[in-house]
Amino acid sequence: MTPGNRLNRKVLNPAGEILADERKCVRLVSPFHLNERGLLILPKKILFIDGRMVFMQLSSQIAQVGLCTDKKTGAISTPIYQTATFRHPGLGQSTGYDYTRSKNPTRQVLEEGIASLEGGHAGFAFSSGMAAITSVLMLYESGDHLIAVADCYGGTYRVLDKVFTKFGLSVSFIDTSSLYEIQAAIRPATKAILVETPTNPLMKIADIAAIVKLARAHNLHVIVDNTFLTPYFQRPLEMGADIVLHSGTKYLAGHSDLVCGLAVTRTAELSEKLAFLQNATGAVLGPSDCWLLLRGIKTLALRMERHNSNATAVALWLQQHPHVQHVYFPGLSNHPGKEIHDRQAAGYGGMIAFEVDDPALVPRILSQVNLIQFAESLGGVESLITFPSVQTHADIPAALREKFGINDKLLRLSVGIEAAEDIIEDLKQAIR
Amino acid sequence: MTDFATKLIHNQGGIDPATGAVGVPIYQVSTFDQNVGNGDEYDYSRSGNPTRAALEAIIAELEGGVAGFAFASGMAAVSAALLIFEQGDHLIAPKDVYGGTYRMLTRGVSKWGISHTFVDTTDLEAVKAAIKPNTKGIILESPSNPLLKVSDLPAICVWAKEKGLISIVDNTFMTPYLQAPLQFGADIVVHSATKFLAGHSDVIAGLAVTADKGLASQLKFLQNALGGVLGPQDSWLTIRGIKTLKVRMDQSQASALKIAQALAKCPKVKAVHYPGLPEHPGHELLKQQANGFGAVLSFELESVELAKELMAKVKIPALAVSLGGVESILSYPATMSHAAIPAAVRHEFGISDALVRLSVGLEDPQDLLEDMMAVLK
Repeated sequence: MTPGNRLNRKVLNPAGEILADERKCVRLVSPFHLNERGLLILPKKILFIDGRMVFMQLSSQIAQVGLCTDKKTGAISTPIYQTATFRHPGLGQSTGYDYTRSKNPTRQVLEEGIASLEGGHAGFAFSSGMAAITSVLMLYESGDHLIAVADCYGGTYRVLDKVFTKFGLSVSFIDTSSLYEIQAAIRPATKAILVETPTNPLMKIADIAAIVKLARAHNLHVIVDNTFLTPYFQRPLEMGADIVLHSGTKYLAGHSDLVCGLAVTRTAELSEKLAFLQNATGAVLGPSDCWLLLRGIKTLALRMERHNSNATAVALWLQQHPHVQHVYFPGLSNHPGKEIHDRQAAGYGGMIAFEVDDPALVPRILSQVNLIQFAESLGGVESLITFPSVQTHADIPAALREKFGINDKLLRLSVGIEAAEDIIEDLKQAIR
Repeated sequence: MTDFATKLIHNQGGIDPATGAVGVPIYQVSTFDQNVGNGDEYDYSRSGNPTRAALEAIIAELEGGVAGFAFASGMAAVSAALLIFEQGDHLIAPKDVYGGTYRMLTRGVSKWGISHTFVDTTDLEAVKAAIKPNTKGIILESPSNPLLKVSDLPAICVWAKEKGLISIVDNTFMTPYLQAPLQFGADIVVHSATKFLAGHSDVIAGLAVTADKGLASQLKFLQNALGGVLGPQDSWLTIRGIKTLKVRMDQSQASALKIAQALAKCPKVKAVHYPGLPEHPGHELLKQQANGFGAVLSFELESVELAKELMAKVKIPALAVSLGGVESILSYPATMSHAAIPAAVRHEFGISDALVRLSVGLEDPQDLLEDMMAVLK
């Protein structure tokens, strides 16, 4: 940490735009600074701590999320406020907290933490990733139209297709890696574009900055599900996206021990609307789970580096395997959209999909793996393998699934932080 | 039939078969290995978690339903129940419905083409008159919040069934110990389990129960699809709270009656709303449909100033929102629980600015009375 100027409470760029101010932590460097490998430089952030300006790497901020928030005791870790309600000092007075559904001190530390890491205006914690998505979808109303990525997470597809359509919301599911397709799908009633990049499970890449440019021209929101990469590798709000969503269950919490969701908004206007919906629909994250999520986030940088290097090693190994027909991983030089990915993200994450040459191999692999667990979900310290067409993406109609390439030969691997050699060894004995 | 007190302790949350632990373990986990364990029972905690499942089984048994569902808050339970309906549907709801439900009806699902009519549900004819060709459901709270008005739940639920409406009863104030709406024909019971069920003001939780298999599968679908589920730690705390529901409720409602009787004699109190008092208009009706009168009362003071003075000076009850905890909570509906309802509508319905609501906890009732009477004498 470098102590900075004590007098300036705002940092402006030559154009007069605020790059940092006391209230918010805004990063100094442009997100498009590349290092010699062609990857983004992890930006430094300016923070104001006790009136002093401090420069901090993203990894330092991650390690310090929720640090020493309790001014009364100096406790290094944030207390778990396991309470439903708060005593008012007097009528019409409030400590700032009235009822935990509306605001809870533990949840608030988490929400401010994720907002800071994503570079957003405000963060919101929900009882699951789907509760975060549902609450964001409640921003819209009957008659509105959305554009969503075709191979989106099965739960997102289900809630759009089975719940919101009965309220008169229409959705076009398209390939968001194609700007042309997005452009063609825009209608007068279109209100938002819902993007996942890389997609689940086929790791297709969408060009966030280009989509934002197109969306701005049509006055649409851009919503990015950033579950796969986390703010450590990708920060869509800095590229102009309006809302970032997370299944915090995955990499952010990182230990497969809680179900949680997060949303971060870029503008005060969206923050106000989402705060209303979070409180009104009530799908909030409990204080104990908020604390676990804060605890998980502290090791995010370390874990993501390890997931990334392990996945790269596993993808390279899978690529040369005689029974593997195709490997989907954005770190591979032949992966479509790699150039775009490298421009907008600082790493590849830990997710790989691969197609074997015979559907009969699938059940054998799923029962033969030892170190790798056959379970849904992803992003935990432990490696997990799933069969998307019958598990995570079962809610997408078969014909549509096949069209996207989610077929009965496709497996998805969430590469954990075990030794890469052991993961490869396990796959070697299972894929035979 | 097993006594209710026994059911609170000996139920599906009882003994862990694997270890004999006298309580369900907290399964703090998101996912389940598909090669180990009971086949398809659990795959992902949003869809099903063993700790949450124990709570869901317990509330289903206590309410006499076929399935229970645990949500992240009472409002998450209400929201899921409201999303059973679809664009173009119409709902009937009480005029003095809980402020959070009022907000969801007027600013939440209204955007999705679901309309509503607020009626005085203590007036059966008014309820019947509110039906439209597209009415699909009715929401009920009895006794109501904060005026403790009693609606004829059996009569309304029977009428709703005849008309093919889904009846949703918020049973937060009574709990299944005192009132079992499914038994007189309600389709769905919802709870803010934050209140009497959990009982310690330490957890935010919601529950829904139904006796209908079709509705159970719809609620199950929506719980999983919308994702507003209760975490394992909070599920466990709710199970823990439920174990003492009967003793807490017995004690709190005995104290509530004493306090209501004393307040009724106090000249500075204009009106006491507690259905346990024989002069309360809903007293006889509630006696028929419930096994007790609950532990929430409200009272109107002779002036707004006195109400404010009371709230400023009491030492024992916490001035706070919420209710149903072991600690007594005094609240001011006009700016707290019912702030989401416009002032004119509030006043029209009798929620005056001199009204305070008391949720009676487990403190000694004499201490509570002396504390309040120091201001009201």
